[in-house]
Amino acid sequence: MAIMNQSIPELESYNEADLERAFAALQDEVRRESNELRSIEAVEQFHLRWLGRKQGRLNLIGEAWRRMAPAESMKPLGIRFNELKKMLISEIEVAKAKAILGPIAEGLPSEEQANLVTFAKRRAGLSPIDITLPGTVRAPGIPHPLLKTMNEIVAVFHHLGYSTALGPQVESDFYNFEALNFPPNHPARDTQDTLLLAGQQAKPSRDRLLMRTHTSPVQIRSMIAQAPPIRIVVPGKVHRNDAADATHSPVFHQVEGLCVDTNITFSDLKGTLDHAMKALFGSSVKTRFFPSFFPFTEPSADVQISCIFCSGAGCRRCKHSGWIELLGCGMVDPAVFASVTEARRKLDPADDAYNPEKITGFAFGMGVERIAMIQHGISEIGHFYSGDMRFLEQFA
Amino acid sequence: MNILSAWLRSYVPGIAVDDRQLAEDLTLRGIAVEGVHDLGTSADGKSNGHLFEMDITTNRVDAMNHYGIAREAATIYNLPLAPLDTTLPAAQPTAQPFSVEIAPEAQSLCGRFTAQVLRGITIAPSSGQVAEFFALLGQKPISNAVDASNFVLQGMGHPTHTFDLDKIDGGIIIRLAHKGERLRLLDGTERTLEADDLVIADHTKALSIAGVMGGWDSMITAETKNILVEAAWFDPASVRRSARRHGLHTDASHRFERGADFNGCPTANALVAKLILQSGGAPEGKLIDVVVPSVAARTALRPPIALSLSQIQRHLGATLDDQPNHSALTADLVRQYLTALGCTLTEAATNNQQPTTFSVQLPSWRLDLEREIDLIEEVARVYGYNRFANTLPTALPVIAHPLAAAESAVRTRLLALGYSEAISSSFASDSDGTAFVTTNQQTPRGLIALENPLSDEARLLRPSLAPGMIAMLAHNLNRDVREARLFEQGSIFSGSAEEVTESPSLSLGLTGDPPATRLHSAKDAAAFELKGVVESLLSLFAASPDELSTSATQRLTFAADAPAWLEPGRSATALLNGVPIACFGELAANQREARKLRQPVYLAQLDLDALYRLPLRRATAREISRFQTVERDFSFTFADAVQWRAIADAIHALAIPELTRLTPVEIFRDAKAGSASAGKYALLLRCVFQSAQRTLREDELAEWSTKLIATLTALGGTIRT
Repeated sequence: MAIMNQSIPELESYNEADLERAFAALQDEVRRESNELRSIEAVEQFHLRWLGRKQGRLNLIGEAWRRMAPAESMKPLGIRFNELKKMLISEIEVAKAKAILGPIAEGLPSEEQANLVTFAKRRAGLSPIDITLPGTVRAPGIPHPLLKTMNEIVAVFHHLGYSTALGPQVESDFYNFEALNFPPNHPARDTQDTLLLAGQQAKPSRDRLLMRTHTSPVQIRSMIAQAPPIRIVVPGKVHRNDAADATHSPVFHQVEGLCVDTNITFSDLKGTLDHAMKALFGSSVKTRFFPSFFPFTEPSADVQISCIFCSGAGCRRCKHSGWIELLGCGMVDPAVFASVTEARRKLDPADDAYNPEKITGFAFGMGVERIAMIQHGISEIGHFYSGDMRFLEQFA
Repeated sequence: MNILSAWLRSYVPGIAVDDRQLAEDLTLRGIAVEGVHDLGTSADGKSNGHLFEMDITTNRVDAMNHYGIAREAATIYNLPLAPLDTTLPAAQPTAQPFSVEIAPEAQSLCGRFTAQVLRGITIAPSSGQVAEFFALLGQKPISNAVDASNFVLQGMGHPTHTFDLDKIDGGIIIRLAHKGERLRLLDGTERTLEADDLVIADHTKALSIAGVMGGWDSMITAETKNILVEAAWFDPASVRRSARRHGLHTDASHRFERGADFNGCPTANALVAKLILQSGGAPEGKLIDVVVPSVAARTALRPPIALSLSQIQRHLGATLDDQPNHSALTADLVRQYLTALGCTLTEAATNNQQPTTFSVQLPSWRLDLEREIDLIEEVARVYGYNRFANTLPTALPVIAHPLAAAESAVRTRLLALGYSEAISSSFASDSDGTAFVTTNQQTPRGLIALENPLSDEARLLRPSLAPGMIAMLAHNLNRDVREARLFEQGSIFSGSAEEVTESPSLSLGLTGDPPATRLHSAKDAAAFELKGVVESLLSLFAASPDELSTSATQRLTFAADAPAWLEPGRSATALLNGVPIACFGELAANQREARKLRQPVYLAQLDLDALYRLPLRRATAREISRFQTVERDFSFTFADAVQWRAIADAIHALAIPELTRLTPVEIFRDAKAGSASAGKYALLLRCVFQSAQRTLREDELAEWSTKLIATLTALGGTIRT
């Protein structure tokens, strides 16, 4: 190596003065070179050049100077070489620390400057990071936006004192239609195109099995099972024989509610839904009720909320009406109580728990897809059932 | 249905509000105006008003016309409703009145039949109001006779029909069709009738399907000189049955199905006749009006019903206008509303000279009003729903659903493990149904088919969540999304047409190879991830109701067989107390090929019904030892045939209580890297020893190590140095 071929300095004599001068020159040389060291590689080169085991400059000089040395000079010579070696090791450590710390070294307070080597050793291996690189995360799973909305709605009614009730998706005609005051062959059934199970023709109409078209059959099941007072909230999946488009799906979800007690009034229905809509969409939301028709409620109402995007001023999402239609509701029709009583009397002929002269009630139902689509600005209902990660990841 | 504001206003001349306010006021009373379109101005600069797009609920057939909606407006604004003018020109006398007969078997189905003979009429284009309103409605006029029926239908709502009188043989008989009888209809189609189709016939043939559609042969043509105008009342169910059977949904059937106005027949008949006669001709004889008294008794002549003010308050509650002890819904207001809607009210009971109960005679056009509650709704509707107060019923304590906690625990755990929630179709194709139906040994579970499936691909109710999960994974892969972790909690269906069982099930789907671990190669890591998820879910539950703090995983074993839709050798069944509860593994190659999936997908299916029968585990804390743990690693080479289960069992059989943990840390199978030779694998095993009472001694540790090495050696293991 070229750097190894540097000349060995001449030693004039072995007297103290000459030795002193010669070692001082070597120390200067070491200091001058170590001050120039900027990188770890350079420090390592320097280390090798001076302290290399065979061709190291310190060894070469030592061999040269010891060769001619009188016996009595060997000891002082050894002491001076040891000191020089210590100095070299120290210079290397400091230079290495400076190289590791880089600009940090200059910024350190003076008391730390003195401990530069300790400081650098503590930081060894703690190389600086590129903080602009992306962070890593163990991605948690994403709750489905539809079920999240459904759970939120259910929670609102839990807080109002409603308990969750569930029912089967395969229902009999009795629970899905007849007991809810949809007589057989009635045009009201046309509004809910129904998926029928095969092999039902031989049965009496009320026993035929079908996919429930709404969560309302759970009203009937709950009332048959339990005397008033009733406060239930019913989340669930429903099916209709509808062609799929951007806003319709043959499979969708509803949340139903039922409240039956003495002295339940239409104004209680209004107050309950007004409160629930404010809880779901914010306290500034207004509700508006207007007459509608459902066979199982009388009076029946549709409920609109003031548009949550434009606060009622009119925008694209509310079709410039300022209102968004959100749910259907009404007072439980006495005919429904009559169906329930008929069923309960099969178990107890004296049952009179649902005598419409003694109790009243209200029911309501809403489509979860529609609400979730409004909440999140989703334009295609099909995304909910695709399992598409690109869709779901937006709700992480 | 479209409504002209100008036409409406012709019936209620005094409406002070503009069309938009009128539309709003109607909508808030349940007569929903969905759209309001400005119709501009006529040639003489007069406003044409607006066209209202209506959405009338199915119970309000009486409001599916201009006069019915005008009555609502008159009620809202408390204005008089103009009567309909039904006076006809003087009739020509006739020696023999036209014969109309309702056959005995048809009497319950045709409650009323009115007929008017018109002679010497001229078929001409419509003029006057008919032409004007049709132009605004964008409706093409045909001829005065045909337009008259349409105009009256839209004007006051009762369907009518006009026959060419000269095509009628003898007279009219309303009867049931003969099975197989044929009739060509106005739409040109020829229909074969059933024995319960009600027809209007003459003495030789059927002329029309009652309430559905007229016949071709007796229709009005340019040559028609004499006309028979029909306005009748037909039974809703009978019309609906015939309309559905023949796939005909007509304006007439739509109204008859929902209950027409029994007393509207003579009015509608006269209005049609009057319009036709504007172009010439004269009526012959009086209106023929055949009434079936039993039908009249259950429609137009229904007995009055009682309406008490206290019931109104009991159902409706407080209004914003109530005074203390005094409801805003007074007897006067109730009388005003219901009278305007066509009811006749008489006081049935009074208190301090104030009526408390009315006896209410119902209008013939409101068959939807039958009971007191129906009248209460009318009062609420006209008063305005938004004028009622917002009150809250008392709350009841909430009872948690029995499965809520378990479901929530499972869902939360799956989300935490990185699986996203998904919802797939409830249906399956025949082939998927057969391939994915899971059977247990005793009874093969039946597939449930639909009578009217949405498509051929959705003929069955899903017997498994797996096909839906595969479809969702495929959806992602087909869109270049190569990594997906999904779960679905949903119902699966089995049983028979008699009884269907819905069971909660869980599916997991994973695609996009997770990285290799120290135990599993990259190609196996996904299957072991699913195994880990299954174990993690089981760990949420207790082994049994009597062992609430014992994890169900302690009763879990794994068998190498799985349903055929999973790849043999790369799938497994998890058994709880020896009964299958889950299966998992790689999708079978034939299934993957059939679906053209570009990379392997891994699935798991878990029987939530069985899982939810277990209580949630209730952790009992143990004391944490304050003495040091000692780790000892053992490195052995085993033949591939020696499974981990055998090694773990053998070590546990040593029954060293201080051995608190036994972990396979790393497995090397790579012969090339020199870690293990072919057919063998190297295992790094870690044992952790700890005592709760004392510090462990070197001599006992050495003894246990010796025992362990001997045990592993006995299994065929070779210690590695």
